[in-house]
Amino acid sequence: MAKIVVVTSGKGGVGKTTTSAAISTGLAQAGHRTAVVDFDVGLRNLDLIMGVERRVVYDFVNVINGDANLKQALIKDKRVEGLYVLPASQTRDKDALTTEGVEKVLNELAEEFDYIVCDSPAGIERGALMAAYFADEAIVVTNPEVSSVRDSDRILGILASKTRHAEQGKGSIPGRLLLTRYSPERVVKGEMLSVEDVQEILAVDLLGVIPESQAVLNASNAGTPVIMDENSDAGQAYQDAVARFLGEDREHRFLTVQKKGLFGRLFGS
Amino acid sequence: MNFFNYFRSQKKKSAQVAKERLQVIVARERVHRDGPDYLPRLQEEILNVIRKYVQVDEDAVSIQLERDGDCEVLELNVTLPEHRA
Ligand SMILES: Nc1ncnc2c1ncn2[C@@H]1O[C@H](COP(=O)(O)OP(=O)(O)OP(=O)(O)O)[C@@H](O)[C@H]1O
Ligand SMILES: [Mg+2]
Repeated sequence: MAKIVVVTSGKGGVGKTTTSAAISTGLAQAGHRTAVVDFDVGLRNLDLIMGVERRVVYDFVNVINGDANLKQALIKDKRVEGLYVLPASQTRDKDALTTEGVEKVLNELAEEFDYIVCDSPAGIERGALMAAYFADEAIVVTNPEVSSVRDSDRILGILASKTRHAEQGKGSIPGRLLLTRYSPERVVKGEMLSVEDVQEILAVDLLGVIPESQAVLNASNAGTPVIMDENSDAGQAYQDAVARFLGEDREHRFLTVQKKGLFGRLFGS
Repeated sequence: MNFFNYFRSQKKKSAQVAKERLQVIVARERVHRDGPDYLPRLQEEILNVIRKYVQVDEDAVSIQLERDGDCEVLELNVTLPEHRA
């Protein structure tokens, strides 16, 4: 049975696409056949972050409309075995994602893959609702900042009532918090909500904390998911998150101020 | 404690302020979300009724729905303006 995972947030620009790319790559690296699907109709971006933008021929909506079959639209990743990308359409028609169409495509993907990662658009409109509707599990991406935390709480409300799972009377799908763009320096100074603060407010399990990192911009510049930058803090934090997602018990890292360089190590307290 | 430290310790860190504001707004939104659909309209109508008799602010009426086992308790709080002698 394939597992459908939605990466969602409510608020825009918090790191959903970065996370979808990293998590799907990590799952495939762990040997699971994984498809990552861009639900951001009209604002396709996952293809760029995955570095496959030049190989897009058909997209999600083409498959829904029967203009292409799934095999033609799926882009095989050249770096990681078992990883495929289904790009979003650039159409402006926001109703292109029909419930029946999305269900059909997800069912077909489920026959081939172990994990289907759905990169949700921002907001709580059709695209976001569709990305979450068929999910078995959610990763709620949140920045330590008031509007992002509030939107995450709204999304948790949607996961509890507006998914197929919930409508079948089975309650909320399990959702876990991924706190991204975290800056321990600013938390120490009292200028940023701490991971404990956010957890206390949202009251959900913590999947991971991804530090604010230059490596994320480098990765998007190159079109390489940041999890493949194994020496970077963000890359390692995403690797930990994937391991936890797969049931491993790993301690959280990058939560305290890192000593910088040799001087910091020699003369720091 | 010297003069400057006194004022510094009085000033709340911004993250603390953020946390407190979030706790309030999230709690309020959860009540509306998890409660029955009629709750917001009920709240508004009650506010209008009260305003026939006393001039109160928009946020003078707060409604809370609590579940206690099988029992649901609708808690209604109305803050009246201070009595002028
Ligand atoms: N851990 C991080 N450190 C630094 N920058 C980050 C981090 N995570 C994300 N970013 C940056 O934040 C921006 C938004 O990221 P991303 O596109 O993944 O967000 P999104 O939630 O998918 O946005 P949208 O809602 O528009 O789809 C990008 O410029 C990305 O490089
Ligand atoms: Mg995105």
